[in-house]
Amino acid sequence: MEEIEKMLLEKIAELHALPDGAYNIRKDGAGDGRKSTENIRIENRKDGKSGIDIFVSSRTQGESVHIPVVITKDGYRETVYNDFYVEDGADVLIIAGCGIHNCGLGNNEHSGVHTFHIGKGARVRYVERHYGEKAGAEEKSTNVMNPSTVLYLDENSRLEMETTQIKGIDSTIRSTKGELKAGAELIVREKIYTHRDQFAETDFSVDLNGDGSSADVVSRSVASENSRQKFVSNINGNASCKGHTECDAIIMDGAQVTAVPSLAANHVEAELIHEAAIGKIAGEQLVKLMTLGLSEKEAEEQIVKGFLS
Amino acid sequence: MLELKNVSYSVTENGETKHILKDVSLTADERFVAITGPNGSGKSTLAKIIAGVIAPTAGKILLDGQDVTSFGITERAKAGVSYAFQQPVRFKGITVKDLVSIAAGKNISVGEACAYLSEVGLCARDYIGREVNSSLSGGELKRIEIATVLARKTKISVFDEPEAGIDLWSFQSLIKVFENLHKKAGGSILIISHQERILEIADKIVVMNAGAVERAGSAEEILPTLIGAKACRALRS
Repeated sequence: MEEIEKMLLEKIAELHALPDGAYNIRKDGAGDGRKSTENIRIENRKDGKSGIDIFVSSRTQGESVHIPVVITKDGYRETVYNDFYVEDGADVLIIAGCGIHNCGLGNNEHSGVHTFHIGKGARVRYVERHYGEKAGAEEKSTNVMNPSTVLYLDENSRLEMETTQIKGIDSTIRSTKGELKAGAELIVREKIYTHRDQFAETDFSVDLNGDGSSADVVSRSVASENSRQKFVSNINGNASCKGHTECDAIIMDGAQVTAVPSLAANHVEAELIHEAAIGKIAGEQLVKLMTLGLSEKEAEEQIVKGFLS
Repeated sequence: MLELKNVSYSVTENGETKHILKDVSLTADERFVAITGPNGSGKSTLAKIIAGVIAPTAGKILLDGQDVTSFGITERAKAGVSYAFQQPVRFKGITVKDLVSIAAGKNISVGEACAYLSEVGLCARDYIGREVNSSLSGGELKRIEIATVLARKTKISVFDEPEAGIDLWSFQSLIKVFENLHKKAGGSILIISHQERILEIADKIVVMNAGAVERAGSAEEILPTLIGAKACRALRS
């Protein structure tokens, strides 16, 4: 593996070497290593679109799948479709992510469409990290990532989704759509840090269709310098269900943050809550850390680090 | 030794000047110096001026003879002043261990962090990984606040009403915390308090009223006058 690819893999998948379980590494649009295991099968798509199908059998218990994407070429654009079929009762950890190393003047763009079909009683933890870096004429090039996630949760299944994007990506529109059957549980934890002139939009839309289903979506973000962020969430309670969304943002410098929450209760037993808070770092937090000997800048860094940890 | 020389602090709001501290002079060289007085007498403002959180409009602050008046909060902290807030600050995502580590000025071990928490009567294992956020009660936050000052071991420590909200814990334990801190760090501990039991252990009591030092002296001298005054006020009301 080249150094750049190694570094990107470390950043997005915490991989220092090839992983133990199943994996598929995609580099600049081509396969760069794949391994299926007894319980987890990875295959090329049959419909001609770029991407893979991942089949997780119900015998899978506590196994992991790594599917990182790295882009090292200048001016490369792609749209990738990955479909996950998780059978009833499986328990799996899926680590995805995209790392872009942009060394030229061109615009790099990665759009990933991930669709999850999660079987009855299955438990999935899905971790997605986005990382971009630029070398050279960085002001002129742009890194764009537009991840879309479509979730179908069957009865009593559980999906925990963690997404992280810390700087590096100039423009991103993340769209997540989910449909939950009875007893299904969706937990989303999102972390975003934008700086410079970056733009990040998050668009969640969840339909709670079954009795006892629940969704808990928490976004924490920091917008600094001249960056802009938009958080849109829609939760539709169509049954006896519980929904909670929370957007908590720290705004700094000349940044802009918009939160657009929307809740729709279409059933008398639907309990839906939205919380949104946008504000600068509290002055008393800075003062407290400064009385412990930190400079104002160090105090700010600690607060941001903690907030996004 | 901490010296305040003719310190005044005033603010102007809507064209009206309020004198919050008026020509305050005091020295703190003793082990425990208690600062007491009615609400609004300027005690907390005085603590903030000592910690560098607010700058006096007149007067000087000397630390071991060095003029630190122009020092900001960070410089004041580095020069050896610690300050426990009356109302501790909450932080999302910063754990108790993170905060104690920042206070100690180095990445301390779980064992060391636990030692500071145990000192303030918190069962360390239950708290070390918890966030310093609204999931903690006021009393818990207050004790963690005290632990951050213990971890710093500076020559001057200022506690603004440390007893508030710690009713589940005893005064005796709080006093022991101050005694241990003094053993380890030396220097002077300034305690803003209304509590007789804390005033009793003070080597010096400073009584503030309407932004000025009304009187100062040993506990033997001052305490009887305070209790008398309290009784009088009670009789009047």
